[in-house]
Amino acid sequence: MSALALRGVGKVFNPGSDQEVRAVHGVDLSAERGEFISVIGPSGCGKSTLLRLIGDLTPPSSGTVLVNGKTPARARLDRDYGMVFQSATLLEWRRVQANVELPLEIMGMDAAERSRQAAAMLELVQLDRFANHYPWQLSGGMQQRVAIARALAFKPSILLMDEPFGALDEMTRERMQSELLRIRAETGTTVVFVTHSIPEAVFLSTRVVIMSPRPGTITEVVDIDLPEPRSDDTREDQRFFELLTDVREGLRAVEDS
Amino acid sequence: MTDRPEFLRKVYFRLPAIGIFVGGLIVWEGMVRIFDIKGFILPAPTAIAATFATETSDLLAAGAGTFSTALAGLLLGGFLAVFTALAAARWRFVRDGALPFAIAANSTPIVVLAPIANSWFGLRSPLGSIFVVAILVFFPVMINLVRGLLSVEASEIELMESYAAGRLATLWKLQFPHATPYLFSALKVAAALSLIGAIVKEFFGGSQERLGQYITTKAGLLQFEEAWAAIVLASLFGIALYNIVVLIERRVIPWHVSVRSA
Repeated sequence: MSALALRGVGKVFNPGSDQEVRAVHGVDLSAERGEFISVIGPSGCGKSTLLRLIGDLTPPSSGTVLVNGKTPARARLDRDYGMVFQSATLLEWRRVQANVELPLEIMGMDAAERSRQAAAMLELVQLDRFANHYPWQLSGGMQQRVAIARALAFKPSILLMDEPFGALDEMTRERMQSELLRIRAETGTTVVFVTHSIPEAVFLSTRVVIMSPRPGTITEVVDIDLPEPRSDDTREDQRFFELLTDVREGLRAVEDS
Repeated sequence: MTDRPEFLRKVYFRLPAIGIFVGGLIVWEGMVRIFDIKGFILPAPTAIAATFATETSDLLAAGAGTFSTALAGLLLGGFLAVFTALAAARWRFVRDGALPFAIAANSTPIVVLAPIANSWFGLRSPLGSIFVVAILVFFPVMINLVRGLLSVEASEIELMESYAAGRLATLWKLQFPHATPYLFSALKVAAALSLIGAIVKEFFGGSQERLGQYITTKAGLLQFEEAWAAIVLASLFGIALYNIVVLIERRVIPWHVSVRSA
């Protein structure tokens, strides 16, 4: 059973009105367990909407979405999703540790187990020293790492990330990417990752999905055959540059059409 | 203990306010003496202060009566407002049904109910005052809290949805903590309102051991030093009640921008 199976998925906003928008159209996509899929494309190509369709934050207008063989609604109720948005969306009245515990609390885990689990996650993102800080005392990159720890705290089988590093500077961004790969190697989570950065998509992914706007549809899928585990040396690998070019040309074809 | 430079820094910081306070008192005292202003127009600060010493027990009894009524009304109105606001945030029909009337009521001078309250609860009953204060406090607290409960970010709601959190969990773990700063800013306004409500209600009769009655009676007897002493006391109680709310606020929401220290 694949982790993700989309067939003919479409999303139309304001159907029938003169403001009708075909945000996503005829998308077929599947992913195996443990894959890292990046979705890249110009703004307005429907990549965020696609992620929201997978995560049951908006229902599809057509087609079917299956997550671990289930409907997205079922998968959400089964707590299969960890989500990370562009802003960290930490609750400002909770300290770092309590923010990571939030999903565990909602799931009814007992306090001792919750605290142990959250502490382990903070260690994973190397923020255990900041457990008692409030979010506003942390930098943007650290806040985003807390958000990742929180998303992973209940061991979801699929991680949905919408430009999670979009607001970070280049240096922090690259460090976060390496960190994300390390975390994924430790947890084996399937990741769907929306980005508009070509090097980010290539460095992280097993496959890069290129989308074009109006209507939002997949134009090309690039397999990323970079050796594992990837490191900073990967960014200087000849193959890395070739793949950058492949993705860039795929995107250019989108813009020219 | 606070270390000394820190303490001095705080005093230094407050010097302008202290200066204006002391200066104001001196100017007031000087004007009364130089222009020989009569006591029924404006008594001198020293005369008012002297009255505090002679009338201590009467003033304190009246003050305690009014303060406890205001506090009871504030608590009653506040609690009712919180429950109503939570219901309004939870159920759309409560919100759509009740909120327009609450907003309308909040724009009316509710304190006009004061003379009516006497005929409902009897002249001597403290319930009339508590009722007026509770109604006065209820609407601003309720409306502000509802506003806070509903002003969470869409992305925060989606985060809760991604955890398959129920409506109650979302209300309790996301919306209510998010709304506590709104609640406290409303309570600070309500603290002042509660004393206004209690005193205005007391203007219309009732026990002598209340600031409102004390002020009207003494003014009627042309004992303006006593009336002014009661006015000063009412102000002090108002400031005290406000600061109690601020102290609780600091304890409850140390994380909020308006409170955070480091």
